[in-house]
Parts: sequence; C-alpha cells; structure tokens
Amino acid sequence: MARWTGDRAGSGLRLAAFGVVVFLYFPLALIILYAFNTQSALFTFPPPGLTTRWFEVALSNPSLWAALRLSVTVATIATVIALVIGSLLAAAVYRTRFFGREAISFVVLLPIALPGIVTGIALRSSFAIAGVPFSTWTLAVAHATFCIVIVYNNVVARFRRMSPNITEASADLGATGWQTFRHVVLPNLATALLAGGILAFALSFDEVVVTTFTAGNQQTVPIWIFERLFRPRQRPVTNVAAILVIVLTFVPVLIAQLLTREERQTGS
Amino acid sequence: MQMTARRRGPAARISGFFHRHPWSKLTLLLLPGLLWLGVIYLGSLVSMLIYGFWSQEEFTGLIARDFTLGTYGKLLEPAHRDIIIRTFVMAAAVSVACAVLAFPLAYYMARYATSRMKTVLYLVVIMPLWSSYLVRALAWRQILTNEGIMNWGLERLGLEGVVRAILQTPIIGGPSVIQSYFALFIAFVYLWLPFMILPVEAALERVPRSYLEASSDLGARPWFTFRRIVLPLAKPGLIAGSIFTFSLTLGDFILPSIFGQSQLFLGQEVFQQVGVIGNTPLAAAFTLVAMIIMVGYLLVSRRTGAFETL
Repeated sequence: MARWTGDRAGSGLRLAAFGVVVFLYFPLALIILYAFNTQSALFTFPPPGLTTRWFEVALSNPSLWAALRLSVTVATIATVIALVIGSLLAAAVYRTRFFGREAISFVVLLPIALPGIVTGIALRSSFAIAGVPFSTWTLAVAHATFCIVIVYNNVVARFRRMSPNITEASADLGATGWQTFRHVVLPNLATALLAGGILAFALSFDEVVVTTFTAGNQQTVPIWIFERLFRPRQRPVTNVAAILVIVLTFVPVLIAQLLTREERQTGS
Repeated sequence: MQMTARRRGPAARISGFFHRHPWSKLTLLLLPGLLWLGVIYLGSLVSMLIYGFWSQEEFTGLIARDFTLGTYGKLLEPAHRDIIIRTFVMAAAVSVACAVLAFPLAYYMARYATSRMKTVLYLVVIMPLWSSYLVRALAWRQILTNEGIMNWGLERLGLEGVVRAILQTPIIGGPSVIQSYFALFIAFVYLWLPFMILPVEAALERVPRSYLEASSDLGARPWFTFRRIVLPLAKPGLIAGSIFTFSLTLGDFILPSIFGQSQLFLGQEVFQQVGVIGNTPLAAAFTLVAMIIMVGYLLVSRRTGAFETL
C-alpha cells in the first residue's frame, strides 16, 4: 500500500508502475523479433532462426505499395478536411457563447466516442441509400469525420492558452481583423495545427474498423495486413508491414506530442 | 484608425463587415462543420436507423426496402441476445480491469514523478496508442498461440497447470488459450489501457496534496484515504477512460476475428452480416444497440464532469 503523504513513492507502487510500462511495450518488441523469424507459418518462441528475407519479400510486393499509396492519399485528404473544419469549429466555439455550443462539442466527439462500427455502418448505409459507389473519396469522407475532433481539440486547447489580450492589443494598434489573424493568431496556432494535422494523419493511417465498412475492394495498409492475417503462409511479412507502419508514424507523432506539451502542462 | 481608413483594401472591408456583424462571422465559421457533422454524420446515423427497418429477403438475399419491425425483432432471438450480453459483459470487465491496472502508473505520474519524468512517462503511455492498433492486436496472437512465448515462459516457471486450470474453467476457458474469452480479455485490456491511464492521471493531478495530508493528520489509514478521498476525486477520470475502453470493446471485430473466436461478439456479428451474409439491415440493427448503449453512457457521464478530463 502506498503512503499517501510521503514525497517518495513506495516500492510497491514503483514496481506496479514499472510493470505497466513493461506490459505496454513487450508485445511491440515481439512484433519486431518475429519479423526476422525464419519460420513462415508459426510463432515458436524462441524463433528457431533469424533472417532479413521477409523485408525483401514484403518490399517487393506491389500490393503493399499500392496499399501504402492509398493510405497516404486517404490520410492526406482526410487531414486537410479535418484541419479546415476542426479549426473553424474551434474558432467558433472558443470565446463566443451561443445556443447549441455545448451540443457542438458533443457531436464533434461522437465519431470517436462511439464504437467504430457505428461510424462505419452508418456511413455505409447512407452511401448505399444515396447510391454513392465506394472509392478513395468515400474513405476520405469517413476518415475526415473522425479526424475532425483531433484537430478541434488541439486548436481549442491552444486558443484557451492564448491570452485574449494579444488580439485586442493588435486591434488597438490599428490592425484589421485579417491582419490580426494573419500576423497574431495564425503564428500562435501554427504548432497546434501542425500537431493536430500529424495526429489526424496518423489516426487515419492506422484506422481499420471504419475503413472496412467504407472501402469496397480497395486496400489501405491496415486492411492489407488484416486480410493477410488469415493466410497461413509468409506470416512474417505482416510483421514487416507492421514495422513499416510503426516506423512511419512514430517520429511524426512524437513531434506532435512535443509540440503540444505546454497545453498539457497548463491544462493540469 | 486613420491609417486603416485611408487604405481600405477588400480584406479590410471584409474584416470590418465581420467586426460589425459578429453573427455573420460565427455562422461562416460554423457552417462547414455543421454541414459535415450535421448532414454527413448525423444523416448517416439516421440512414443506419432506417436500414434497420428494412430486411433481407430469405431466398434472394436482396435487401427489401419495405418497412418492417422484423429486423429489430431478430435482436431478441436467443443467439442474438447472447451476442449482445456477451459483448456487454466483456466491455464492462475490460473497463474495470483497465481502471485497476491504470491506477498505479497514473498515480505515480501525478504524484511522484518529476516534471521531466512526467513528460517521458506521458510519451511512454501515449506512443503505443499511435503505433498501429492492428499491430498490437497481432502481437497478442503471437504471444498467446500454443507454441508462443507465453507457454514457453510458463513452462520455464513450471506454471503450465495454471493455464490448464483457466482453460478448464467454464465460461472463461476454451479449447485453446487463443480461442478463450480469457485471451480476448487480456488483449483488450492491453489495447485500451493507455486510454484509461491518461484521463485518470489528469484527474489525479487535480487532487490537492493538502487533502491527503489532512486525511493522514486526522488519523486516516492509507486505504481509508484512498477510498474516501483519492477514489472519489479520480472518478471523472475513471469515467472518461471507461468511455473509451467500453466503447472500443463494444464495437471491435478485429481482435475476436484474428483470435478465431467462435462465440461471436457484436462487432464480429456486424462484420459477418455485412461481409459474408450481406444482411446490412441486421448489421445496422446490431450497431444501433451498441450506439444506444454508448450514447446513454455518454449522456450520464457528461453530468459527472468526466468530459473535462478527456
């Protein structure tokens, strides 16, 4: 039992906290290990031998590259839509009080607070009713819907931290609304927009549930991995693709987190 | 003012207009978002509701676009009812387990970690969330499979009997580890744990140290302080975290699918109805159940102030 008033954590608490960190990371380590496994159909531990052959097999597979292209395209379109809509909504909601303001922040949250199948099946139903065939665009629309909240949250947090005095000072010094926006507000928002954009991109890049229901025959990288999981051959190839996904998202997401560090510190 | 009055370009005139008519500016800011969320998203939710009132013709497999209550009625069939209950119980169990596991690390971060350490731990917690959900689900299949690392480790420790005992336990057991509810439970807890740690940590940061000291000064034992002071103040964080752990478990079909779970879960049923059977109306009806459960939970939790820690 931890001592609640001491300045140092009890050893039990430290051990438990450390245990949770290990629990969070050892499966990721295993994914990397098995990408080098010489076996093609089993996950025997310890692996009987190691090889880099699967990297060549994966990287010479045209369907993986096609999936990567689709993922990047969809994530880019979704991110642009989310950036525009999310930041406009954030600008409207912060500081202005109006009827339905609370409802907006609730509805923005819904696409990620509700299970992915809800967004997926709902959009699939409306595409079917409207007679819209599945395409890159249906995917982008679906992804943008749950990415809006990421940008919105980042921008709202930045607005809250921004002193209202600076826009007033700008106006007092004779700047027009546009000048204030261009030279005062935008520079202050820049890193929040960048972070929101990166995270929205990463969320879209990784999404699989909504994608399954709005994709038709196209394959994004997660769908490519998912479909391969049911084939008994060349299993390490999926691990290679998995590493590819982790490597592509890890550094940008880390940057996004560092860019918004101050919001978290003042937020607490 | 003179300066701006002298050279008024179109941009200045527009911003002047918005300044004089704040409502027009607000409308313009809100319009794209309202159209997107109001028409595309909420419109889609209504489409889903409508789809549930349609049905799949038994022989042709085509969708009959005639109003019927039959599809929603099918949810009450024992097999379908079991799917809903099974999923609900799993989501609840996973949420509770995440709360228990999240607490030590969240408490350590909020209370003892230096500012630098806190930043590091925050990144440590959040990075798995952003490293492919599918990859992490896949990792657990590789851990829990018969020839995998879990059995290897247990053999070294001489604990194979524990697994056998779990597998033989009715309900949570099964023919093999990977196909048991127990395996799903562990993997779900792993996948959603960071979603619980972050809001609990945020809530715990707001617990003033003086409260704990006062409690201790008044002679409360640690367990009493935990139950009566820390836990109630952590509640908004626990609720915020459970929104995600519950919601994500409720709709997941990936994990049960790749574990080869034969007792279907709600998301899996929806996936099969759409992908294999082509019965989108029944899939929509099932999805509506998940949606109603979550909207109810969201509305209740909003009153507890849980949204501030999201």
